[in-house]
Order: sequence, then structure tokens, then C-alpha cells
Amino acid sequence: MSDMTATALPDGGFWASKRRTEKYTKIIVVILLSLGAITMVFPVIWMLSTSLKEPTQVFAIPPVWIPSPPHFENYSKAWTISGMYASEGITFTNYTINTMIIALSNCIGVTLSASLVAFAFARLRFPGRGPLFVLCLGTMMVPPQVTMIPTFILFKTFRMYDTFYPLIVPAFLGGGAYNIFLMRQFFMSIPYEMDEAAKIDGCTNFGVFWRILLPLCKPALTTVAVFSFVYNWNDFLNPLIYLDSNSKKTLALGLTNFVSLYGQDYHLLMAAALIIVIPIILMFLAGQRYFIQGIATTGLK
Amino acid sequence: MTSAERKEAISAYVFLSPFLIWMVFLMGGPILAAFFLSFCKWDILTPIQFVGLQNYKEMLFEDPRFWKAMYNTVYFTVFSVLPGLALSIIVAILMNQKIRGISIFRAIYYLPSVLATGVAVAVLWKWIFNADSGLLNYAISFITRIPISECPKWLADEFWSKNALIIMSLWGVGGGMIIYLAGLQGIPTTLYEAAEIDGANRWQQFWAVTIPGLSPVIFFQLIISIVTSFQIFTQVYTITDGLGGPADSTLVMVLYIYQKAFKYYQMGYASALAWVLFLAIMLASWVQFKYSKWVYYEGELRK
Repeated sequence: MSDMTATALPDGGFWASKRRTEKYTKIIVVILLSLGAITMVFPVIWMLSTSLKEPTQVFAIPPVWIPSPPHFENYSKAWTISGMYASEGITFTNYTINTMIIALSNCIGVTLSASLVAFAFARLRFPGRGPLFVLCLGTMMVPPQVTMIPTFILFKTFRMYDTFYPLIVPAFLGGGAYNIFLMRQFFMSIPYEMDEAAKIDGCTNFGVFWRILLPLCKPALTTVAVFSFVYNWNDFLNPLIYLDSNSKKTLALGLTNFVSLYGQDYHLLMAAALIIVIPIILMFLAGQRYFIQGIATTGLK
Repeated sequence: MTSAERKEAISAYVFLSPFLIWMVFLMGGPILAAFFLSFCKWDILTPIQFVGLQNYKEMLFEDPRFWKAMYNTVYFTVFSVLPGLALSIIVAILMNQKIRGISIFRAIYYLPSVLATGVAVAVLWKWIFNADSGLLNYAISFITRIPISECPKWLADEFWSKNALIIMSLWGVGGGMIIYLAGLQGIPTTLYEAAEIDGANRWQQFWAVTIPGLSPVIFFQLIISIVTSFQIFTQVYTITDGLGGPADSTLVMVLYIYQKAFKYYQMGYASALAWVLFLAIMLASWVQFKYSKWVYYEGELRK
């Protein structure tokens, strides 16, 4: 836009100077953003650096940034000790498998059921649609702690305490208001003519949902799947309440136990923490393009 | 209702059935059950005992830890949400430029917010806040030349501990930034051009175009982030070993509810606490809706 005005008014020194100020603004912006980026990245570098140190270097001031030689064995050590019941044969391997089971089941459950429900809200007419949707959005205001105690008692009565069920079953029952909302917004951005054409060709409602709309929803589905994976990978309160035996614990629980036992061995703690964080970083980098777009759709409405 | 309409409604309810089951058994039912429990005394093992308003009376008049937890939660919410809001808008505006490599910046700023609520990152921050050898105090003394021994003791200090949690939460500003960035890109450039023709400078454009254009997003973000910061738990639990120390200075509401329910098995009292938290969140949201005249919806002009 500035180029256009500059050519339209060729002789104005004003426009030339305006362009120069714009260039300076850009330089200042880059400098500010870089400073911020350094602040964002430093903690992670610090974590990486600490995880490779030997115990005597950990507390050194000024810090040793590049430990030589790097102690990669901290990772294998953390992996085995952090399952603090290594004597019972429980290591991080168990925690990782448990967390994977929970997080992946949630991924499947949430994407499936949230899109089913969202489809009804976006595409089907039925009595009570408006009020039900408002009710659904309203649940976002309810802090989970209000329902936590009765839900705990419910699952306990069904003898599901210390199993993965309380952590997985809810995912298959709607997938939460936020995900329903996100999927609904996405469905609504798809032209209704698609449905009509499919219906004329003899598609049922489920057929429209499954064969026509879902394949078009990949960005939204990826967003929902990544978020639910990350949420469950990080979730702490629910596993803390529902899981009791050590063999069933998740990575998050395993790490807190590790902290309370080896609170000062920061080189091992940082190695363990990095092991937990790396899958999320990889997942983020893989799905980034999709879900930055996906969040944008909800943020606006 | 025609038979086609009836058919559509029936299939809609089939699609909705998982949600309806959840709504009844895992949302509505438990909310009411918690309300009932909040008037009872119950340790799970012995039978439930109805005690009327006693839990609420005890909470309001005899329990200093409740007030402490409420104070800490509100303190954390106010001082993390408002600076977080300002910061993420500023970053989004800086980010909303045509600069090469901007997507790398975007990823760097956004990534921490994805990690921020996890246990692993809480452990990392516990180490960063370490008073003698942590990164933060080293950086402070490096920049200001104040000796490390005179720097704040962060997690070991009653005053600084809450502020440490706030600093930690500000590391996650990227989450809001992404949403504001999308909002900024939705503001038509013609508005800026019009403002420029009218002689508005950058600062005036910011207040007259950017902020009104962004206001629905700000409103949405404000509500959501207040609701979530009222619920802070994992970070505090990890950093303080579930205690909320030192001297209850980081005891937040959810941690207190957790302690009462699953450490002391006072299910009734914990339910009362949870209901008060619920009411506090509702109140905060209601106030925001009530004073939401500042939110500008473009569509309103087209009526």
C-alpha cells in the first residue's frame, strides 16, 4: 500500500521519509521480537544444559553453559530412577506406556464424539437446539473442581478407582464444550450445498457427516487431537486422584514423585523433564500449521 | 412437525446422545450432588451427615486458610491476567508485520504456552527460581550487578513466591498472542487507510481502530483466562510439593479443595469450597458481561 502511494506521488519528500521510517520501525520490531524470543528460549536452553552436567557443575555460578564432556548418561539414569519404584521393576517405560494409552484413547474419543455432537449442533434442526448449545457453552464456566468430588465417588462406586476408565470414558462422552464449539465453528464454515448434494444422492445424515464433512475437517480435527493429546499428556489432577498403584501412574505423576525424592539432583530432574517435554514439542512442530489456523477460527467468534 | 422433521430431530438426538449422557451424569448431576454435599459432613467411610450451613459458616468465619487461599487466587488472577493480556497484545502487534522469518518468531513465542501448564515445565521453573544457583537470579545479578545473595529468594520467600508463579505464567503469553494475531488480521486495512486520511497518527489509530476491532477477541480471552487462572493447580502442587508453602503463601483455591477432599477426606467441606470457587468465577464472568459495553461488534452497524 505504501508503495502505491509513493509512486502516485513521486515528488513528495514526505512519502520517501515515510518509507524510511517504516524501514526503521521494522528494524526496531525485529530487535524487540528477538529480545523477547531470547527470554522465551533461555529457560529451555538452561534445561538442556543442566541435563547434561555432572552433579558438581550444576550449582556453579557463573553457570557452565556448555558442559564438557556432556553427560548423556543422565538421561538413562533419569529414565530408570524416575520410576522411583525401580526395585519393583517399574521405570519410566511403564509411565510412558500408561500415559500413551490414556492420551491416545482421549485423542480418539474426543475427536470422534466432539465432531458427532458438533455436527448435530451445526447441521441438524431439532427442538431445543439453541438452549442446549448455550448450556453446552455454559459448562466452560464450570470449574472441574465442582464436579470432581461427586464424579470421583461415582467412578469409585462403579469400582473404577485405580483404573484408566475415569481418565478415558469422559472423552467419549462429548469431548468437552471447547472442542464441540471448535468443531461446530468449522462445520459452519463449510457450505451447506455439500450436504444437500450428498442427500440428493441418497446419503443419510450419518453418511453426510462421515463421508462428506469429516474429510473436509482435517485442520480442525488435527487441532482437537493435538490439544487433547497435549492436555492429557500434561494432566496432573485427574491421574493424581484416580490412580493409586505405582504400575498405573503416568509420566506427570512419576515426575512429581521423582521431584520429592531427588529434589536437588537438578541434572537428573531436567533430563527427566526434557524426556517428557520432547514428544509435545515434536507434536507441536508437526501439527503447527494446522492448529494455529484452527485456534484462529475459535478465537474470533 | 412433519415426519421428515421428526426424523431429523430423532437423528439429531442420536448424534447428541454422548453429550447428553455426559451432561446428565458427569456435569449436571455432579454439580447438584456437590451442592447437596456442601451441606453435609462426610468422610466417605462413615454415613453422610446433614449439617445445614455449618460448612459455609466455618469457611467464612473460622477458617483463615480459606481467606488466604481466596486472596492468593485473586492476587494471582489479577496480576497474571492483566499483564498477560497487555503483553500478548503487544507481541501480537509486533508480530503482525510483513517481516521475513516471522513464522519462526511465532513458533518460538507460541511453543512455551503449549508446555506451560505441565509438570515438567513446573520442575524447570523450580530450578530457574532457585535462589542461589537459579537462572533468574543469575540473570538479575548479571544485568543489575546486585549480588545474588541480595536477590529475591523467590519460592522460599512469602512475598515473592506468588510473583514467581506470575512470572511463570507470563512465559505462556504466546497462547493469547496467536489468538490476537488472528484478530488483528481480521481488521480490514481500509479502516487504517481511512484513519490515515483523516490525519490520525499511529497512536490514535491504535486506540480508534486496533483496540475496537480487537475488542471481541479481548473480551473472549479475558473471560477464558480469568476462568483458567482461578483454577491454577499443577504448577503450585509441583513446585511446593502439594503444600502451597512457604507459610501458605501459594495456597490457591484448587489446591485447598484438593487437600481438604483427598488428604483430609472432608468431602462436604471440600464441596462447599468448590461451590464458592464456582460462584466466584460466575461472579467474575457476570461482572465482565455487565460491563461489556466497550466491546465493539462490527455487525451491529449493519442492522
